[in-house]
Amino acid sequence: MLILTCPCCGIKADETELAPGGEAHIKRHGPGSSDAEFEAYLFTRANPRGVHFERWRHAYGCGKWFLAARATDTLEVFGTYPATSTAVPDAILSRIRARRPDWIKPDRIKPA
Amino acid sequence: MSHRLPSGGRLIDRATTLGFTFNGRRLKGYGGDTLASALLGNDRMLVGRSFKYHRPRGIVASGPEEPNALVGLGQGARFEPNQRATTTDLFADLVAQSQNHWPSLDFDIGALNGLMSRFLSAGFYYKTFIHPRAFWKHLFEPTIRHSAGLGRPTSEPDADRYEHLYAFADVLVIGGGIAGLQAARTAAESGARVMIWEQSAHWGGRAPVDDPDVEGMPPDDWISATLHWLRAQPNVTLRSRTMGAGVYDHGYALGYERVTDHLPGLDAPRHRLWRVRAGRIITATGAIERPLSFAGNDVPGVMLAGAVRDYVVNFGVAPGRRTVIVTNNDDAYRTAITLHSAGLEVAAVIDARARATGDLPQRARSLGIRVMTGRAIARVRGGGRVTGVDICQHTGTGAAGALIACDAVAMSGGWSPVVHLWSHCGGKLIWDAGAALFRPDPARAPTGADGAAFVAAAGAANGVMRGAALLADARAAAAGGDAPAPEPEAITPVWIMPAAAGPGLRAKMWLDFQNDVKVSDVQQAAREGYVSVEHAKRYTTLGMATDQGKLGNINGLAVLSDAQGAPIPDVGTTTFRPPYTPISMGAIAGEARGDVFQPLRRTPMHDWHAAHGADWEPAGQWRRPYCYLRPGEARNDAVAREILAVRGGVGLIDASTLGKIIVKGPDAGRFLDMLYTNMMSNLAPGKCRYGLMCSENGFLIDDGVVARIDEDTWLCHTTTGGADRIHAHMEDWLQCEWFDWRVYTANVTEQFAQIAVAGPKARDLLQALGGLDVSSGALPFMSWAGGRLAGIPLRAYRISFSGELSYELATPAGHGLALWRALVDAGQDLGVIAYGTEAMHVMRAEKGFIMIGDETDGTVIPQDLGLGWAISRKKADYIGKRAQERAHMTDPDRWKLVGLQTLDGSVLPEGAYAVTDARNANGQVVTEGRVTSTCHSPTFDRGIAMGLVRHGPDRMGEVLRFNRVDGTTVEARIVDPCLYDPKGGRQDV
Amino acid sequence: MKRYSAFSIFREALRNNSGWQRAWAAPEPKAQYDIVIVGAGGHGLATAYYLARNHGIANVAVLEKGWLGGGNTGRNTTVIRSNYLQDPSAAIYEKSRSLYETLSQDLNMNIMFSPRGVMMLAQTEHEVRGYKRTAQANALQGVATEFIPPARVRELCPIIRIDGPRYPVLGALWQPRAGTARHDAVAWGYARACSAMGIDIIERCEVTAIRSNAGQVAGVETTRGAISCGKLALVVAGHSGHLAEMAGFRLPIESVALQALVSEPIKPCLDVVVMANTVHGYMSQSDKGEMVIGGGADGYNNYTQRGSFHHVEETVRSLIETFPMLSRLKMLRQWGGIVDMTGDRSPILSKTPLGGCYVNCGWGTGGFKAIPGSGWAMAELLAKGHSPLAEAFGLDRFREGRFIDESVAAGVAH
Repeated sequence: MLILTCPCCGIKADETELAPGGEAHIKRHGPGSSDAEFEAYLFTRANPRGVHFERWRHAYGCGKWFLAARATDTLEVFGTYPATSTAVPDAILSRIRARRPDWIKPDRIKPA
Repeated sequence: MSHRLPSGGRLIDRATTLGFTFNGRRLKGYGGDTLASALLGNDRMLVGRSFKYHRPRGIVASGPEEPNALVGLGQGARFEPNQRATTTDLFADLVAQSQNHWPSLDFDIGALNGLMSRFLSAGFYYKTFIHPRAFWKHLFEPTIRHSAGLGRPTSEPDADRYEHLYAFADVLVIGGGIAGLQAARTAAESGARVMIWEQSAHWGGRAPVDDPDVEGMPPDDWISATLHWLRAQPNVTLRSRTMGAGVYDHGYALGYERVTDHLPGLDAPRHRLWRVRAGRIITATGAIERPLSFAGNDVPGVMLAGAVRDYVVNFGVAPGRRTVIVTNNDDAYRTAITLHSAGLEVAAVIDARARATGDLPQRARSLGIRVMTGRAIARVRGGGRVTGVDICQHTGTGAAGALIACDAVAMSGGWSPVVHLWSHCGGKLIWDAGAALFRPDPARAPTGADGAAFVAAAGAANGVMRGAALLADARAAAAGGDAPAPEPEAITPVWIMPAAAGPGLRAKMWLDFQNDVKVSDVQQAAREGYVSVEHAKRYTTLGMATDQGKLGNINGLAVLSDAQGAPIPDVGTTTFRPPYTPISMGAIAGEARGDVFQPLRRTPMHDWHAAHGADWEPAGQWRRPYCYLRPGEARNDAVAREILAVRGGVGLIDASTLGKIIVKGPDAGRFLDMLYTNMMSNLAPGKCRYGLMCSENGFLIDDGVVARIDEDTWLCHTTTGGADRIHAHMEDWLQCEWFDWRVYTANVTEQFAQIAVAGPKARDLLQALGGLDVSSGALPFMSWAGGRLAGIPLRAYRISFSGELSYELATPAGHGLALWRALVDAGQDLGVIAYGTEAMHVMRAEKGFIMIGDETDGTVIPQDLGLGWAISRKKADYIGKRAQERAHMTDPDRWKLVGLQTLDGSVLPEGAYAVTDARNANGQVVTEGRVTSTCHSPTFDRGIAMGLVRHGPDRMGEVLRFNRVDGTTVEARIVDPCLYDPKGGRQDV
Repeated sequence: MKRYSAFSIFREALRNNSGWQRAWAAPEPKAQYDIVIVGAGGHGLATAYYLARNHGIANVAVLEKGWLGGGNTGRNTTVIRSNYLQDPSAAIYEKSRSLYETLSQDLNMNIMFSPRGVMMLAQTEHEVRGYKRTAQANALQGVATEFIPPARVRELCPIIRIDGPRYPVLGALWQPRAGTARHDAVAWGYARACSAMGIDIIERCEVTAIRSNAGQVAGVETTRGAISCGKLALVVAGHSGHLAEMAGFRLPIESVALQALVSEPIKPCLDVVVMANTVHGYMSQSDKGEMVIGGGADGYNNYTQRGSFHHVEETVRSLIETFPMLSRLKMLRQWGGIVDMTGDRSPILSKTPLGGCYVNCGWGTGGFKAIPGSGWAMAELLAKGHSPLAEAFGLDRFREGRFIDESVAAGVAH
């Protein structure tokens, strides 16, 4: 039963208020993209056992989407940030590194 | 024999006599009794039968760890199987029955299994009943199922109700013994918001039975003083009869409060499920005593030593008149001393240790109790009841020495901390070899959202069994910091008694009393290679009974470790899962049952429909009239009547459930161009356009008419089921992809009632209401206008799903019923009728219109449905466009939409496939199409259908064969999907 | 392998069960195998078994990082059915179901296949249409199912409430030869039979790296040393993504928790498996008497084997609406398993970008029922390079948009 803080309304939201939305920071590929790019965009997922960046919606609250950095093996939450972010805030990256010194940042995750 | 003592019993009220019934016999107990203590007070030691061998089973324990004393409790709609007698408070006129026997508890045919036990060893089921094949299903399995299963199921709907309560706590203390009370006090003193749960009706746990004093006070005084203090604090909530059932991620805990189990008939919820978010959780859940594994340790009359003194001290009940105590530790001497003090005979203390020199053994000796060290029980004498024990050397093979006559045996193999709640959410354990127990490893505690430990164990649950060290441990758990090391436990591990017992004895040493798992079974499992603790558990069923191994798991683990020659910590434990003890399904479900199971959404006209014969169809959480039944009318007849009335006159359908989403803003047109396959930005204000929406994966997900309200406002209609889903879809794209576009959406589905007025006389009807000009000149097809009809404000959309002249009237929800009534009243002369969803379905099928969910199923793209006209060629992009360019999506062999007409006029079966004579590599019939919608058309008086067919539009006139469930086929011709008014003249008049 | 029989039981009973042999051997890994299978769950073991039995390839190792059958094989709700809508699904699940029918005899171990029948309740008009379509499809796929009316539902399952206030039962898709089996025994039985045919099952052996040479698989590094192999099969359910990464490719998979629970045991009262998809719950009664209940999967990535309580709550609440008698039973135990969900919720049995490396994963919530069929197809794929049963389940389908979507027509993937 997760708790995530909605960065939009500031509520510490119970999982029952939230709707999960899958991996974050995936670039949309539309017409003109290659088959491989389009396949990767729609289906290839990181699925790490460890630090994961993902989308959530405060569905039964303010209705806003937001992003979260969370560990899939311990369910620790490193932080949440607005859905409009194209990069991960430094504070969250620092916290991840502090908690998991061995973590290797995937290329697609951009620091702010 | 077990009996009530003439005096004593700190929890019972001898002034209150309670009559109750067990197996039809009327018995008496006292207020404060548990069912178990009352049964023992009536010399009812035999209370049940075991699962596999149907061995006679007596009460072993005094708490929730009890494996044997499970009864069917109550009657009728309040009957409940598998209730623990040890945790059931006695009340007046309680009715209980023992379980798992036939024909009676005392004479059970199933006990024949016991005679066969050497043939029914571990894994027996897996090795036999293999041949002949049919026998398993028809003979063996039914027999096994019948002999297993414990209690009988209930038959009547539950007469009780349940509720959920939500709470928050800075510190949640689970367990109301002295460790829990101390932890709660320490936490409360720091100002924290504290909640404390105690599973039983009594606070203080074992201290009043076991400890001479607590901090220099009599235990009961310490407990009442502490409770008094806690109850006076505004920041403390105490709940007794509330078991900590489970600990979940991020500090979530479940409490199971048994509110009226002991007060049946009280108008209150039976159980209450507490759902608590806690900053920290302290598990002060105590410890459970382990049995010793000696031959015949399952004979009724053999009990845990701690439970024996519980019954004497708390209930004034003695399990026997002459008791033998068998132990590997000092603690069991408390039982000897307690029995002696109560005037009961202690035949001997059999201590497996070579020496017993602690304070307690010395006190026992000083009372004149015979202590025999280095000895063991070779076997228990007696069948349905202990009659004596054979004594032997513990280090030997069990060659029997003296026989000691007795009618009860009190055993203690040491105490295991209750680590379940610590473990539920990932807390790990360490093996303390000196104390012979697993205790929580503070370095590997469950961690919460912030990555920090959120569970701490206190007191006996932390392996600190008693005294000042226990209270210090509780304070440390609540306040942080280290507790002083406890005094070492005076114990020598004994896993098999006697140590070198041969196979004959090992096959009589029970590890799991309920599931009939013996030492020999675990050893055999290890021999067969089931050496992982999970394999051994599953192969033998050790620990899988309703007590989930609370008594037997550690003993079994030790036997397994010995058989493997591996240390106990290397073997590890099985996983602890919630709940700690079983909780009722009713409590899990809570209040939401029956009429309030899920919310029911009602349109403003709902009650009118109900009063006029609506035959309801669920549509998500809405109810929509499938048709309106007149007295004596069948469904099909009603649907046909409604269709003919619309086609010949005018009809009304409540379309309020259709989704209505406002999309507004400077970039709204651009946004809708991405959302729909066709252009919406160039729709003129006042006009309507049909649109298709696809997923990014290319598949058609919704359709509906879009109306442009003004320069920067569009109203998007969705399907009934699509309203919330499509609104969320819009928001996802707006918030996460195009968040710099200036667009706002609002789901106004419930803000408007919507009524479709359809039929050649629709205009006449609206004109009869008076107001808005609805003439074809003022309001042409695919346009809309706002105004009033019969004085009611509304928008009228000239759109048609029936193929007839049709208006959809949208009015603020509060006016919906008035508008509906006005239409009904004004339409009497025109013969207006209300029609339901099925008439709508049939009419749109006659017209060849697709229906989301019929023609689409999540695998269909607009190109499959002949809807190319609704896909813009001009747009560089829309959601789903790239997906529709993939190889499989552009495959010319995709099945495409056509109409289908049976040659004989019959209705094609729903879901039928067009079959060929070919078979694929897997032997399946190759198909070339399928039916998507099929119905009887009253308009044409024949079956009509639509379907998807390979190369369908190029095969007009061809005849296909469709399968029927009886194995035959029916022939149908490929035709145009639009049968009714193909030129569209009727809707555009 | 000493055969199990009434005689062997009798003989062993007379000598205090002291003569039973290990069910499967515990060999040291060899340096080289023709085929290495990673994962000794049901699917991996079945793959090894059919490699030896159908294709004569027994120089095979099955590597397991923990204990065999310790993943989802041992923590599912044991439903076996094949009433799927799409042809490729129906083919592999029906193959599987038919193999289950004789599996006890094939393996000489009673896996307790109980063909008690599975009914999928239709509780909306949409479901009625969907299940009628499935019944039509099944008839052409050689899967015996029928759509039955409410009265027949009640006859087969007397404890059901047909006329519930919210979701009345309008009928059901009934597959009489579907049922359940004892999940652990399936893994043990395959392991024992594999071992008897000379296949090495190596427990507590974790793969730490995958070696390749010029785009061709060469072997694996493990915690018990390096092992070279001609072909490699990754059959590791929830850990597929991790292994794929070692092999240098990515999969269209996300791992989520799926939860289940059992009640305390009661005397027999439910003789069929019931699935109620409108309310996301399904239930059967085990031979021990427990009501075995499954629900939907959590929506977020999770490797903890723990789920969120509110899913259990919703499942129980929904089932009580249809089975009011459940209310007074008690939940004995709840647990979670990690399931790998693909982009179309159908499995992947496929060659991969790494030559000689094959993958079998993505069974989502429905893997147990597929074990024999999946093993059969995977063995054929490994031995011959192609398999009609596996053909449609290739990785390339995600690029081409050629999905196998079972969620249509009111069906569910599990």
